[in-house]
Amino acid sequence: MQNNSLAPQPLILTSWKQKLALTLAGIAVLLLLVVAFARNAFAPAPVLLTALGLMAAGAVLFVREEYLTRPEGIKNNGVWFRSLSARGVWAWLAAIVLTGFYSVLYFGPSAWFAGLTDLFNPLSLLVKGKAADKWFVYGSLYTFSVLVMGFKFGFKYRHNRYQVFRTISVSFFRLGFAFLIPAFMQQMNQPEYYFTYFWPLKDWYGTPSAAKYFGGYAIGPYLLAFGALMTFVATPVLTYFFGKRWYCSWVCGCGGLAETAGDPFRHLSDKSLKSWKIERWMIHSVLVAVVLVTGLLWVNSYQKGAVLGAYSQTFYSWYGYIIGMAFSGVVGVGFYPLMGSRVWCRFGCPQAAILGIFQKKKSKFRITTNGGQCISCGNCSTYCEMGIDVRHYAQRGQDVVRASCVGCGICAAVCPRGVLRLEGAAADVDARATDLRTVHVRLEEVGILEQ
Amino acid sequence: MHTNDSQTIRYDKLILAVGSMSNKFGWPGQDLEGVQGLYHLQDLAGMERFSLPRPEGLGGKHDALHQSKPQREKYAPITSGEIFPPRAVIVGGGLIGVEMAEMFHSRNIPVTFLVREPAFWSNVLPAEEAAMISRHLREHHIDLRLETGLKEILDNGQGHCSAVVTQSGEKIECNFVGLTVGVSPNVGFLKNTALEINRGILVNAYLETNLPDVYAAGDCAELRSPQPGRRAIEAVWYTGRMMGQTLAHTLTDKRTAYNPGIWFNSAKFFDIEYQVYGDIRAELPAEQATLYWEHPDGKKSIRLNYEKSSGRILGFNLMGVRYRHEVCERWLKKGANIEAVLENLGLANFDPEFYPQHEHELIKIYNRQTGKNLRLRQKRGLPAVLNFFKVKM
Repeated sequence: MQNNSLAPQPLILTSWKQKLALTLAGIAVLLLLVVAFARNAFAPAPVLLTALGLMAAGAVLFVREEYLTRPEGIKNNGVWFRSLSARGVWAWLAAIVLTGFYSVLYFGPSAWFAGLTDLFNPLSLLVKGKAADKWFVYGSLYTFSVLVMGFKFGFKYRHNRYQVFRTISVSFFRLGFAFLIPAFMQQMNQPEYYFTYFWPLKDWYGTPSAAKYFGGYAIGPYLLAFGALMTFVATPVLTYFFGKRWYCSWVCGCGGLAETAGDPFRHLSDKSLKSWKIERWMIHSVLVAVVLVTGLLWVNSYQKGAVLGAYSQTFYSWYGYIIGMAFSGVVGVGFYPLMGSRVWCRFGCPQAAILGIFQKKKSKFRITTNGGQCISCGNCSTYCEMGIDVRHYAQRGQDVVRASCVGCGICAAVCPRGVLRLEGAAADVDARATDLRTVHVRLEEVGILEQ
Repeated sequence: MHTNDSQTIRYDKLILAVGSMSNKFGWPGQDLEGVQGLYHLQDLAGMERFSLPRPEGLGGKHDALHQSKPQREKYAPITSGEIFPPRAVIVGGGLIGVEMAEMFHSRNIPVTFLVREPAFWSNVLPAEEAAMISRHLREHHIDLRLETGLKEILDNGQGHCSAVVTQSGEKIECNFVGLTVGVSPNVGFLKNTALEINRGILVNAYLETNLPDVYAAGDCAELRSPQPGRRAIEAVWYTGRMMGQTLAHTLTDKRTAYNPGIWFNSAKFFDIEYQVYGDIRAELPAEQATLYWEHPDGKKSIRLNYEKSSGRILGFNLMGVRYRHEVCERWLKKGANIEAVLENLGLANFDPEFYPQHEHELIKIYNRQTGKNLRLRQKRGLPAVLNFFKVKM
């Protein structure tokens, strides 16, 4: 029997450049693994440089070959056919490896990272002036992933300036404000402070012990004031003008990883009404929990432990284990290949909850829909990483105002009929999304329903 | 009403929304296996049969291992017969044809596209836009054969297509032939009823047929007296939806006449989006003037047509640029003057943030043509649009 199908060939790599690119990246991974196990067998600096260099070179080569050989445009062909992006074998393996990595990182002994820590030591000494620990290893790999996958994302969407600018922004904030500047500050015997994270996402910044830690430095009060300003002033003000995207898809580190390394998985988010209900319960519960545990710490601190004794610290620790580590780390990134890239941002992040409340109640931002042009194809809903059923709004001509929307702009990018636009206006802040502006048939006339 | 399995269903009101059939013009071999149009879900399943991609690596969702037995059989690739070069030939250069071409292309299946006209969809698109899309198809390695017609489709000896022969006698080997040369109302099975049928089911302005309580809507409905400048049968999604909305009013005891409003449509040709509002024709009528700007990269264009004598705006044609439906419709409805439109053209721009705006280029061209000195007074943005609708109500 002969195969008469039009597509008898599996989707195989045909380009030698891409084969070479993957070979380079594979060698780099092997190198890292070998060094992780065979401590002190190699000089760390050349090995690290070689490994990261090979990975970066592989990524650049692969991405150029993947995207620059084709005309600019939306490149989502085959996402439901590829094992990694369609919850196939590779997706499960990736999920196991990622969840395992995070579990070991958070809950395992530091000694397990000794090999990698040695390897990153020269880099740590260079930027931080201190020996590396596992958190430095993690931060470096995280930043590297955002940069490399951001490069890929930027090329994938090179026709779309909004996507390119946004990707440059998240990469810049991750590299500068959440990696280099905190490291340089420690080099100068200043406290370790991440300028892209604020309470309540970085819950510790809101606690008495953080106040004490930063209080020990001359710059400390300024950092605390900056944090308070971001939480209580910048959040409502910037969200009023730009929507929550000013943070979630332009600045935030978690969002940075989701928008770059997580991009191939964005279509896996659940779009059902049920998951929307679960989302609202969960994310607001986490917000309440973080407010409570932080508040208790302060009450306890003022009462000198008279009311709750050590309990407030216990509650806080449990919040850290369950929400800070298990949810935001293990599930948040580990489940990328199974539930999409924004599991944490959508179901857990208390910062996103607050930003969402402002975005919904008082913001100029919305996604406008373009009259009657929607054909209900559903691309917008499919590629919404937050699981918003954008099509529901688009087909009835209702502007999208949703607490969870992070303003990534992918719905507008993948729309084949030019229906969606992220924009803002002050005139109708309290009346956003009240009109249905698709072509309506009324008794008097047909036309776009006017205000 | 009698169904084809001899049931009888009583009705109070009957809506016929039976759609279209893909045209076939009596070509030899047009009923072979692997030869089909693209209209309904079954057609899609037919395409799927000849284009099942293999997941790279193991265990993707569509991997045969993960499919139930009936699914496996339904979507099993055809595996009998001789080997042919895997290629799809698509006949007919319109919206469905290009959609089909893109679907095969997305699975790395080579496509030969036979188009009778001198450029893609040039019976609808003005020459510049038609040329742009033709270039773009070739950029995607679609083997576009312009001014080429189909003569016959050859049998592989087992009832499956093996090649097409063009009218110039060239033989192109393939194992799929897409026939996308338009659609006609699917009314054959109604011919022996009391319904009045011409090309489609004839309906009045209320979408009522000649029989009491029987209505028709969508592709199958033929308006007895369409609005000036509009066709009696408009087989597009948007008009179908409006007919459905109209009928919903009527069926809920608010008898409503169908009025399709100002023409609009949209499509996407591979990476180039297309929108049209109002009256844009392939051949510019003598009483119309046109203003056309094309980006140097040849993938974006804006065209404004207007009445020569009065300057009244008549239509917008966009390639690779998004315009606001509401704003364009407002100008078209009010018969706004081309110069007022040009000066405020930013209001219409619906491209994403940070995209370059090209409206001033159009004004430059207009100024050059007329010796005037217009200036773009409105840039893109929602605040101005809200203001526009508030002030000019």
